[in-house]
This record gives sequence, C-alpha cells and structure tokens, in this order.
Amino acid sequence: MSKRLPEIDAVLDGMARRLADTIDDSLDAPLMVGIRTGGAWIAERLHERLSLKEPLGMLDIAFYRDDFSHVGIDPMVRPSHLPVDLEGRDIILVDDVLHTGRTIRAALNELFDYGRPASVKLAVLIDRGGRELPVQADIVGAELHLVQGEHVKLQGPEPLSLEVRSDVDG
Amino acid sequence: MDRANLQLDSAGNLRHFLSIDGLKRALLVELLDTAESFAEVTEREVKKVPLLRGKTIVNLFFESSTRTRTTFELAAKRLSADVVNINVPASAATKGESLLDTLRNLEAMHCDMFVIRHPDSGAAHFIARHAAPHVSIINAGDGRHAHPTQAMLDMFTIRRHKKTFQQLIVAIVGDVSHSRVARSQIHALSTLGVQEIRAIAPRTLLPVEAARALGVHVYHDMREGLCNVDVVIMLRLQYERMQGGMLPSEHEYYRLYGLTEDKLSHARDDVMVMHPGPINRGVEIDSAVADGPRSVILQQVSHGTAVRMAVMSRAMQRSIATTPSAKEPL
Repeated sequence: MSKRLPEIDAVLDGMARRLADTIDDSLDAPLMVGIRTGGAWIAERLHERLSLKEPLGMLDIAFYRDDFSHVGIDPMVRPSHLPVDLEGRDIILVDDVLHTGRTIRAALNELFDYGRPASVKLAVLIDRGGRELPVQADIVGAELHLVQGEHVKLQGPEPLSLEVRSDVDG
Repeated sequence: MDRANLQLDSAGNLRHFLSIDGLKRALLVELLDTAESFAEVTEREVKKVPLLRGKTIVNLFFESSTRTRTTFELAAKRLSADVVNINVPASAATKGESLLDTLRNLEAMHCDMFVIRHPDSGAAHFIARHAAPHVSIINAGDGRHAHPTQAMLDMFTIRRHKKTFQQLIVAIVGDVSHSRVARSQIHALSTLGVQEIRAIAPRTLLPVEAARALGVHVYHDMREGLCNVDVVIMLRLQYERMQGGMLPSEHEYYRLYGLTEDKLSHARDDVMVMHPGPINRGVEIDSAVADGPRSVILQQVSHGTAVRMAVMSRAMQRSIATTPSAKEPL
C-alpha cells in the first residue's frame, strides 16, 4: 500500500510563495519559529527562501506535552531558543506534520510564556487530518489523507524525505 | 534489594534520587542535558513549565537549610507542582517508627514526592525502601553519606565552563571526612570520567584508606595538591559534626589549608573555584578568592534550581510500557 508522496522542495517553494504574500499583506518584521525537530528543519528552509531579517527561533515542546505522565520527557530535549523579544511581535510558527493539534497547543502555551505576541500564523508542510483539538494551519504545504494507524514522518535533516508507516505493517 | 537498584525502576529509569553511587554515566549526562533545557526556562519572562501540574511535593527537612530548601522549593514551583515545606527540629525527631509514621501520614494526604534532608546517614534510602509505589524520594542530604543533587549542580557548573570532563584534574579541599557533598562529588566525577581526583586535607579530616579506595589521590600540602588543577572545590568546615581535637585552631587551619590567591597561583591559569556554601570566610577561603574572577560560587547556586528541576521531573516520570508508535503522534 503506497501513497503518492509530494516532492518536498516543490512543496516548500509553494509555501514560501504564499508566506511571502501573507507577510507583504499583514506581517511586520515577523519572527519565524520552528518546532523541533522536523518543524525546525522546515523552518530553516523557509527562513532561507524568504530571506527573513530576524534570526530563526526554535521551540522544544518537551516540557509542555500533555502526555508527560505516560511517556515522560524526551531524553533528547534541548533548550528552546527565541533570539528576540516576543512581546507585540508577529510570529510564524512552523511544523512538519499537523495531525491531532496537540503539538501546536503545547507550542502556543510555550510561546506565551515568553511574552504576548501580536499574532501567530501557523505553517505546516503536511496536514494529514485527524484533529483532536480546534487547530487549523494558515499555510498548508500539502494535504495527505491517511487512515487511522498510518503515520507520516519527516526524515532529515539532509536530505528531507517523507515516509508513511502503518502500525499494521509493523 | 541493593541500594543502586532501589533508585531505578525495572526499565532502568530514575525512580528515586538517593546517591550518585550506582548510577551510570549515561543517566548522569541525561540529567545534565535536561538541566540545560531547564536553565533556559529560568531565564524566561514566565519561569514556569506545566510538567508537574497537579503533583504535590513535600520538602521534609529534619536538618536546617536555607539554600538547598529554597532551590528545591523554587524548582518544584517552576515545574508547576504544589509544595509543602515541613521543618522537623532535630530534637523532636526520633528514628524508626516515627519517621515511617510521618511518611505514612504524608502519603495519606496524596503527596507524590518527598525531598528529604536528615542528619542520619541512610535516612533517604530507609524512607525510599518503605515508600508507597507511586511516591518518589529525593535525597537532599543525609548525615555524612550523600548529597547527590549538590554534586549534580557542581557537575553542571563544571561542564558549563570546561565543556568535557575527560582531561580535568579536580581537587577537593578540606573537611572530606564529614562531607556528604565530597562523597557524592567523588562518585559523580569518577562516573563522568575526569582524569584525576585529588583530596587535600589534614590527616584528621581525611580518611586516607577510604579515599584511596575510591581512586582519589591524597595530599596533605596545598601547594603540592593544587599544582596544575583545573577545578578546586572547597568544603565548609563542619564544626557541628566535629569532636574536639580534630583541628589545631581556625587560624592554623587557614594558614595551612585556607584558599588564598597565593596558594591558588599553583593551579592552572583558568582554574575555577567552587564551594557548596555556606562559606566560612577567612577560615577555609579568603574573601578575595571567594568574590574573585575565578569563583563560580554564585553560579553554583543559580544552577541549583535547573538541576533540581531535571532530577525531580525525571524521577516523577513513571515508566509505563510504551510502544514506539505510542510516543510519536501528538
């Protein structure tokens, strides 16, 4: 059972074009923030394509996950890094795969612990459906229709590739 | 069940934090890495993460302490736990049944973690052995035995400055025989693989055979012992634990073992000076050194919160058998 997976560079080009339009229309000196690890890889590439002036920020949501009591802290947790003050700033939050919405919930909570941004836009490489929270992305690179038990994972950092796995396949 | 196993669950994860002895290097490194992430949290506008929301942590102190208790309290609050501080005067506390009664009462109040300081060596292990399955015990200092979170914050401070442990020569100076801090530091330093650990002290304050058994090189002269060291850790003279005749006089001790700029000049140029506090100025260390450019004593205090956040959160995570796919989608 193989899915037709989108070509990542082409998807990133499309996302960058739409983000550029959004920035021109409504954002002032936006700060791009990637969610580790996959979202950070995507954010690095978008940041470069858009030649954004502000340095790239990174969030590690390990301390904000809602499943700590089940799975504990990711042993690979690294410090989050936001290079500039968030207060009153437009944020572009970037992740690789939008699924249940729980990662984005955690990331928003973490962002607000740094200050009160003026706005937050969400850009994701893949929207695979399956939301459990009312979260939607502003910029979606590609949609992927997966059934329950299937997972899409971004492999990286160099080169980036998408991989679909099924729990049933083992 | 031996002491090392008591700290770990069946999957090898931290369950209690009682002593460094018996913990593997990978686990210590993981704690230091986690503490780096928490250190970043303590620099934010909102210095708090929701990890231990809904958990209750009891600071159970049978021995007085300001710094350690405060940093444990701050650490718990920054993890969003509820904190209760209980100070039991040493005179009112007796061993055995009453300690267990205290534990049972607190367990009945649905507390999840006990941070324990006690004048008797082995008190934290004793409590951990009898604690309910859902309760974690953190040793905040027991008698002369161990003070593992202090040792970990010292390791964190060393790693921040020196990056790696492998090439380092570390000297621990002073009252080694009464020091639970020294014992935990020696275990941590050797587990993390430093090149050499030295202990410098008068014969009356240093159990030479015990130190050698731990792989420590023993010196009785400061100038010899400090030669080429990268890190000097000064210990507080623990008057409260000493019997008469162990020290000639404070003045004599300072002349021989007090850390002064002159004695420090035998160490490497980039030597860092540490002290677990509280400092006896002019007894074990000169004020000019304690407040000088090579002192990291206040940094140790700052790092205490982040390191204790790491220890507490790691010990609170229950190992529930999870498949890899259960961990991924979120």
